[in-house]
Amino acid sequence: MSEPLLSVAGLKTIFNTRNGLLHAVDDVTFSLDRGEILGLVGESGSGKSVTGFSLLGLIEQPGEIAGGSIRFDGQELVGASINTLRSIRGKRIAMIFQDPAMTLNPVLTIRQQMKLSFDAHAGQQQSDFTKRAIEVLTKVGIPDPAARLDAYPHQFSGGMRQRVAIAIALLHSPDIIIADEPTTALDVSIQAQILAEMRSLAQETGTALIWISHDLATIAALAHRIAVMYAGRIVEQGTTSALIRAPRHPYTQGLLNSRPDRFPPKAKLPQIRGAMPSLSNLPQGCAFAPRCQFASDLCRSKIPPWSGTPQDGFACYHPLERAP
Amino acid sequence: MAAFIVQRIVQGIVVMAAMSLLVFLGVYAIGNPIDVLLAPDATQEIRAQTIARYGLDRPLYEQYGQFVWRVLHGDLGRSFVFNMPVTTLIFQRLPATLELTLAAVLGATLIGVPLGIYAGYRPQSRTARWIMGISVIGFSVPTFWIGLVLILTFAVTLGWLPAGGRGETASLFGIQWSFLTGNGLKHLLLPALNLSLFKLALMIRLARAGTREIMLTDTVRFARATGQSEATIIRHHVLRLISIPLVTVFGLELGSTLAFAVVTETIFSWPGVGKLIIDSIQSLDRPVMVAYLVLVSLLFIAINFLVDLCYVALDPRMQKS
Amino acid sequence: MAQGHLRRFWDEFAENRIAVAALVVVLTLVALALLAPLIAPQNPYDLSSLVLSDSRRPPGFVGSKGFTHWLGTDAQGRDLLSAILYGLKISLQIGLSAGAIAFSVGVSLGAGAAFIGGRFEAIAMRIVDLQLSFPAILLALVISALTGQGKLQLIVALAAAQYAYFARTAHGAAVAERSKEYVEAARSTPLSSLRVLFRHILPNCLPPLIVVATVQVANAIALEATLSFLGLGLPPTEPSLGALIANGFQYMLSGRYWISIFPGIALIILIIAVNIVGDQIRDQINPGLRR
Repeated sequence: MSEPLLSVAGLKTIFNTRNGLLHAVDDVTFSLDRGEILGLVGESGSGKSVTGFSLLGLIEQPGEIAGGSIRFDGQELVGASINTLRSIRGKRIAMIFQDPAMTLNPVLTIRQQMKLSFDAHAGQQQSDFTKRAIEVLTKVGIPDPAARLDAYPHQFSGGMRQRVAIAIALLHSPDIIIADEPTTALDVSIQAQILAEMRSLAQETGTALIWISHDLATIAALAHRIAVMYAGRIVEQGTTSALIRAPRHPYTQGLLNSRPDRFPPKAKLPQIRGAMPSLSNLPQGCAFAPRCQFASDLCRSKIPPWSGTPQDGFACYHPLERAP
Repeated sequence: MAAFIVQRIVQGIVVMAAMSLLVFLGVYAIGNPIDVLLAPDATQEIRAQTIARYGLDRPLYEQYGQFVWRVLHGDLGRSFVFNMPVTTLIFQRLPATLELTLAAVLGATLIGVPLGIYAGYRPQSRTARWIMGISVIGFSVPTFWIGLVLILTFAVTLGWLPAGGRGETASLFGIQWSFLTGNGLKHLLLPALNLSLFKLALMIRLARAGTREIMLTDTVRFARATGQSEATIIRHHVLRLISIPLVTVFGLELGSTLAFAVVTETIFSWPGVGKLIIDSIQSLDRPVMVAYLVLVSLLFIAINFLVDLCYVALDPRMQKS
Repeated sequence: MAQGHLRRFWDEFAENRIAVAALVVVLTLVALALLAPLIAPQNPYDLSSLVLSDSRRPPGFVGSKGFTHWLGTDAQGRDLLSAILYGLKISLQIGLSAGAIAFSVGVSLGAGAAFIGGRFEAIAMRIVDLQLSFPAILLALVISALTGQGKLQLIVALAAAQYAYFARTAHGAAVAERSKEYVEAARSTPLSSLRVLFRHILPNCLPPLIVVATVQVANAIALEATLSFLGLGLPPTEPSLGALIANGFQYMLSGRYWISIFPGIALIILIIAVNIVGDQIRDQINPGLRR
């Protein structure tokens, strides 16, 4: 078995704010193989977006990566020089953000923005640019790409804008694309479309995908493997089918239970009582303990260790029974 | 687009009409203009003659009507004090003021914007703190005081630069300009510096605030994620995005700078329109006051209009037709 | 509730040493100005106490009245230290009165316009906008020129030039507030509209208004000084700091710098201190701009 494309081990990202130290990413371990689609799921404030940013070193003051390792294709990214990081950003690992209206520069044409990303990695011919740009725009499904190149972002609909962002990500044929809630800001109908398109794109180009979202249903439809995050830590990881069918962590079970589509209209939706703790005020033991019906004193005093591999496992003293 | 222009022009005309009325009423209705022209012991006859000559005995609305008529024909009256057409008077002195204002404004922008961008890019650095500290001074200290200090330092103590006046001029397109001569430049330096400081401070603060804001947006983050260098980000993203609010302020402050030129011209005895208005206020030379205010209003409306046009040109989102 | 806010506000303010120092400076100057009649060695407005032969003397000169002129004398023989103290008083008086009037008029107009709505609002705000596009100094200049010299006229001129800022800010804040739900809730009660305006809307508009006020106070002081410097404003017998500076201007070139410079320094210290305090207050009210 060859080494995974991306190996994250014990990643710690903290923010030094006025209100105290925020442990946004707290000892996170996972890995990604070539061409694999990993779903990173968690609620707001669980640290999933920060994990994505940390991979590319996009953490700014007052935040910093405080420890751990990120190994990409044999290279260590934590503590790497800014030039190393820049040579990887956009070229080997690309990222798409949540709201394309905010990520695309409103005063530049699509051509100008694509060119800036294109030129960021020297060694390409000028004439190659237009060809490549039209190529990726076509790939993401933008009609009449040659004309659209000279349009401005506000002349596109939300879904189209996100497709443009995806096209920019594809410019240099990266090995990994990190997608941070890319469909959350779009209409529900478009969401399904983009989802399907991204899945086939990934398969077609062999690009690995890390899909970050709060929506378990979306991820289940897309990913090969899922990692569930809670309060800055990964609480469970595994193949999609196994995780959905037989979750081991109570939080995962809670997430699965609360999907509205499983219930008839007017039925009372089950909720996980309580709320996620603030990242600057984490409890001593398991972060989920205050809300967990199985919690014991052990859970409350010591953080449960990881049992399993970097690809498959859970962190819980009282995991749910898994049917044999 | 065309509708927009027409609408603005109509607005402009309405404002001009209102302004001219206000100005006229204000200046003519308060006080007695006769007392400026005549010695207190002038005979009744001379008084009557003067009144008739300047039309000061006609009812106010008639005077206003005549005034508007004359203005539309380009005649802004005759100065009581200088006894020459106001238009000539003003246009004689306009180049001096324009030169001063443009020098100040260009200096402030070309120096202030880069400094501000730097301060916004590295806000915690020592240089940035120094820049902001100095900008507070430029912002708070009244222009006339800085002028005083400048004169004291450079003219009196060090003797490097002249303390006032315009110096030699050379002709370009038939108008006298002082920046074309070495001596003229020496005379221009201090007053331009004086006038520019307030605006410099403003530009620095604006550029800094704008840069700070933009650096925190997703646009910059996305650009970084694609591997673009910091220099590229500043040039193509920050600069482009910041130019919209900067141009707006630049335009608006242009008018303000023209107004502040009044103070600088007084201190440095710069023979421009500003000094003219102060002198004419003190000597109650009403035609000059009225003409100046009307022209200034016109100028402001024109500047506002141009700024709006620039805004539309720079921000593609406004071009949705 | 307000107690807790004020406490926290002060705690944060106190963290910035420079702002605290500036506040101390402002308070000291205010105290000096108020106590001027008591501590000044001479009453500069009392023409009979002036000795012309003592005029234009350098700092440290012992005058014919027997006391030392620590900062020298001006062209009329006034003890500069006394003149500065009294001048401070006048500058502060005028700056603060003009600011207070501009505040009241502006806020009433702006919030009132938002409250009344309709055509009144549209026309009123149009006028305000128009006025805002003209520089304050020009407006103050013209009004001052037309109304002549005098304290009251000067205050009116300054207030007229500044009320527009308050009007616009108050209007903007009131518009944001009026569409909020608590206003609808209050309006559905038997409370009169005026009560709703005063008890509910206005207090929530305060933060941005305080921000504008801090800027305008410093501006008013600087504007008054500029106008006085230009010869408009106050009569020469009751000089504010600006007039003092103007009086001494002609003596600069002959080396008698103190007549202009000392009042100038006093003015600068006042304005910069007020601005620093204002900056800190602004930063604390607008936390989004901090980082």
